[in-house]
Amino acid sequence: MLAREAGERPVRPAAMTAADIRHTILAVWRIEQPRLITSLSRMLRDVPLAEDVTQETLVAALEHWPATGLPEKPGAWLMAVARRLALDHLRRNRMLSRKHGMVARDMEQEQQAMPDLDSALDDDIGDEMLRLVFTACHPLLSPDARTALALRMICGLTTGEIARAFLLPEATIAQRIVRAKRTLSESGLAYETPRGEQLSARLSSVLEVVYLIFNEGYTAARGEHWLRPQLCHEALRMGRVLTSIAPSEPETHGLLALMELNASRTAARTDAAGEPILMLEQDRSRWDRLQIRRGMQALRRARELGGSGGFYVLQAAIVACHAEARSADGTDWPLVSALYAELAALVPSPIIELNRAVAVGMAEGPQTALSIVDGLAGEPALQGYHLLGSVRGDLLYRLGRFDEARAAFEAAAALAGNSRERDLLKRRAAAAKDAVTLSP
Amino acid sequence: MRFMYIVKHPGPAGNPTPEMMQAMHKLADRETKAGRMLDSGGLMPVQTGAQVRIADGKLSLIDGPFVEAKEIVGGYAIFELRDKEEAIAMAREFMQLHLDHMPGWEGTCEVRAFAGP
Repeated sequence: MLAREAGERPVRPAAMTAADIRHTILAVWRIEQPRLITSLSRMLRDVPLAEDVTQETLVAALEHWPATGLPEKPGAWLMAVARRLALDHLRRNRMLSRKHGMVARDMEQEQQAMPDLDSALDDDIGDEMLRLVFTACHPLLSPDARTALALRMICGLTTGEIARAFLLPEATIAQRIVRAKRTLSESGLAYETPRGEQLSARLSSVLEVVYLIFNEGYTAARGEHWLRPQLCHEALRMGRVLTSIAPSEPETHGLLALMELNASRTAARTDAAGEPILMLEQDRSRWDRLQIRRGMQALRRARELGGSGGFYVLQAAIVACHAEARSADGTDWPLVSALYAELAALVPSPIIELNRAVAVGMAEGPQTALSIVDGLAGEPALQGYHLLGSVRGDLLYRLGRFDEARAAFEAAAALAGNSRERDLLKRRAAAAKDAVTLSP
Repeated sequence: MRFMYIVKHPGPAGNPTPEMMQAMHKLADRETKAGRMLDSGGLMPVQTGAQVRIADGKLSLIDGPFVEAKEIVGGYAIFELRDKEEAIAMAREFMQLHLDHMPGWEGTCEVRAFAGP
């Protein structure tokens, strides 16, 4: 309905429902949002304020376009309105500072801000995008606040969309965003660009947010809400943004590789009924080869930059072993277990150790793996974690210790939150019980 | 959702004007940096290509000269966007560049979603 050839009459608003019009306006606005917010932050020298003005521009479009129809050049319309609103803000600020007798500073500010108005449209957006990303993901903010702000400022999601994606009330998200912006403004962090070493140091808080958003969408325990895949999509997009604005940082390429490679399995991860399928049992012909190629390319880039040992690069390298194997048996398990060992040395974690045990079990056999798993029995982080019992049961079964395997599977089944996994564990417990009676 | 944009125009294309090249470059740069454009490319003239055809149950190679085609594919781009509305908004912006910088140019930008996830 939006498609309208040049020269034809404008779309009659009456022909569209109010919801259609809103949807169309949001789509047009999202296309323009990165350019609007980056240009505005350059004009205003204040990222949170630029975000406010971007939102005001959307409100203006939502008010005008249903009556007038979509303008000939929606992008130019939005930019003109945004610019006018930004000028209003600058004028208001000037009035305020005059009141406070700060005319000199005001003049200086004016000179700084004014020439940018015209060039803002044409300038390279890379630098502003970098500033935008690093401001939204400032380590001073909590991960929750960073996530909400990133989705809002970088991805152009509305407060309502963010709230629905995280299954939280809209008011909670709105408040989080307002507080985060206030924190940035009050700390004088509203307009700064980290460079060089500072950029590397700050990068981890950015990558953390992007990966958090990805996982929120990827490991969703419930619901088929379209916003969940949307979170993966937004995280991937941010990952690509990061590799273009911080191309010399290996971990940005590592994170992108990790996300592309994980996302390549999306179609194979659930069966027709929407139930999850474990990776080793997935139909690999349904993995997205284009996405795997993109992931492998990003991983190569990370390695070329000398980042083989990085947190995200190591995880991407592990996933790459799976992505490149034609079958579960054809996986390079010794390499997987070596990569897990390297990862565990970098970030000690019982979950990583458990994963390493699985790989060791495939590479070296169940006995070595069992000693790793038994060493994890007392870990507080793994109490109540059904996969510990599941892995242990599998190793015991392969060692012919069927009665212990049955007990492990039964304990794991009692802890499993997902009904399919619970059924699977119960079946394995029953098989182990049968094996006990059959064995001499 | 992944979308393919295929730009078609009737008859042989003149070279894009320098203004058009600059505007396209700017748009491509913005979209790459915004993480939305995955790939793009222009194609060499039809005359330098070849066609492998099946007709009447037979395979044949036509390696030029070609009868002038009604519509020529001049280039493509692949974007990752949220939905068809976004894809259309993007296509409009791209085609507006032609209107602004290549007066008299006529053509079509076909927007097609990839099958699958």
